[in-house]
Amino acid sequence: MDINDIRAWQTVILLISFIGIVWWAYSKRRKTSFDEAANLPFADEDRHRATIEKENLS
Amino acid sequence: MESQTTYNYKVVRQFAIMTVVWGIVGMLVGVIIAAQLAFPELTDGISWLSYGRLRPLHTNAVIFAFGGSALFATSYYVVQRTNQARLFGGPLAAFTFWGWTAIIVLAAVTLPLGITSGKEYAELEWPIDLLIAVVWVVYAIVFFGTIMKRKVKHIYVANWFFGAFILTIAVLHIVNSAFIPVTLTKGYSFYPGAIDAMVQWWYGHNAVGFFLTTAFLGMMYYFIPKQAGRPVYSYRLSVVHFWALISTYMWAGPHHLHYTALPDWAQSVGMVFSLILLAPSWGGMINGIMTLSGAWHKLRTDPVLKFLIVSLSFYGMSTFEGPMMSIKTVNALSHYTDWTVGHVHSGALGWVAMVSIGSLYYLIPRLFGKIEMYSMRLVELHFWVATIGVVLYIAAMWIAGVMQGLMWRAVNADGTLTYSFIESVERTYPFYYVRLLGGAMFLTGMLIMAYNVWKTTSEGRVADADDAIPAPAAH
Repeated sequence: MDINDIRAWQTVILLISFIGIVWWAYSKRRKTSFDEAANLPFADEDRHRATIEKENLS
Repeated sequence: MESQTTYNYKVVRQFAIMTVVWGIVGMLVGVIIAAQLAFPELTDGISWLSYGRLRPLHTNAVIFAFGGSALFATSYYVVQRTNQARLFGGPLAAFTFWGWTAIIVLAAVTLPLGITSGKEYAELEWPIDLLIAVVWVVYAIVFFGTIMKRKVKHIYVANWFFGAFILTIAVLHIVNSAFIPVTLTKGYSFYPGAIDAMVQWWYGHNAVGFFLTTAFLGMMYYFIPKQAGRPVYSYRLSVVHFWALISTYMWAGPHHLHYTALPDWAQSVGMVFSLILLAPSWGGMINGIMTLSGAWHKLRTDPVLKFLIVSLSFYGMSTFEGPMMSIKTVNALSHYTDWTVGHVHSGALGWVAMVSIGSLYYLIPRLFGKIEMYSMRLVELHFWVATIGVVLYIAAMWIAGVMQGLMWRAVNADGTLTYSFIESVERTYPFYYVRLLGGAMFLTGMLIMAYNVWKTTSEGRVADADDAIPAPAAH
């Protein structure tokens, strides 16, 4: 096999893996776990606004 | 203090404060060299203040000292809070702070002395390169170690971006810094000729792609949702964005070497991949901006959000401009002119600095037990001074660059050049004055920030900061 065949196949393989990633990311089965992940910045919600406000009152 | 019930905020505070300090230092050096271009005899006769020595000091200070400290601060903060785990490795995090600071100080001493390898954005000589490699490997251990001991199921997307940045920079730095040491202050590149140039710009463009883009996108994916109070617009898009961006950026480097001794096919590869990059870049930008969908009104009143969203606008602008400039025929006009300088600063000031400043205005009050910055009006003022400064800067450089490109290529009917080089320099002076003004305005904004940070932190009771790690949920 010529090296240029490998190069051509590489392009095809990359295209297929890109489509694969898109298919995987947009499949319905990922929805709940992605929603969970997207909310991670809020899972660890700041306490300190409440703490500081309480201290200011006392 | 090494308790496992609190986050390590100390190292985040140190890097956050040093970001402001190094920002002022790096931008001040930038204003000085802008003044040297406008007034060429400014520092005549003082070798260590000459343009050729201060210019690498400026680029290293703003990219690695300012940008680097911002990335250490935000990545250490985000990796702890989204994984609900204290930084891994105990004193290793402190080692990265003091190691990184030592590298910056060594750079600030050696570059003005004229000790340089001459590789752009990799000017530091081999002993300092070794120290960078050690600190960077420790950084990777701390970061990935923290992800390993996470208490949550998922690894939040911001950590993927930070992780890709840390791994790639390690590879780039080690490969491009392969030197054969001759003396303590002089080494020669391991690679010969055009290969050396290719390795250098493979490094150079991925320093842009992974240090100045991927890592700051990690910042964007955490701080924009937090400041807007809503999750990212599309998590699915962020996954596609990540894989598309990191697999495309690697190949764009040769566009820095159009019309050189580099093989023609390599130049074309660089150009094609640069054009493809528009898609993931804009996908990410749209994902960030659309996070505000349904909450646009916040943009009217919240100067922190203004910084973050305007930074994405500049990101979108410069990632459109970049692929365009990588087209060979456009590059024939733009290369070696001030257009390139304008493009770089639209990315560096408009995107990198603005997103860092916005993130710091979110971060600093939280690190020091405050609800918000000492003065939100000063944040608003900083935003406008900085934005107008960037616009003046890049507009001046665009016009100057296109003018220079057109003058250099103009030929008379008999084939001789219409203009001598010095004529193009003379015509550039007015734009150098405007650029100096724009840069000075951006620096003024950083000084306003420093005052605001000082007032915010000096009255803070650090113990009030919310650094408790939540208890694991019962199963």
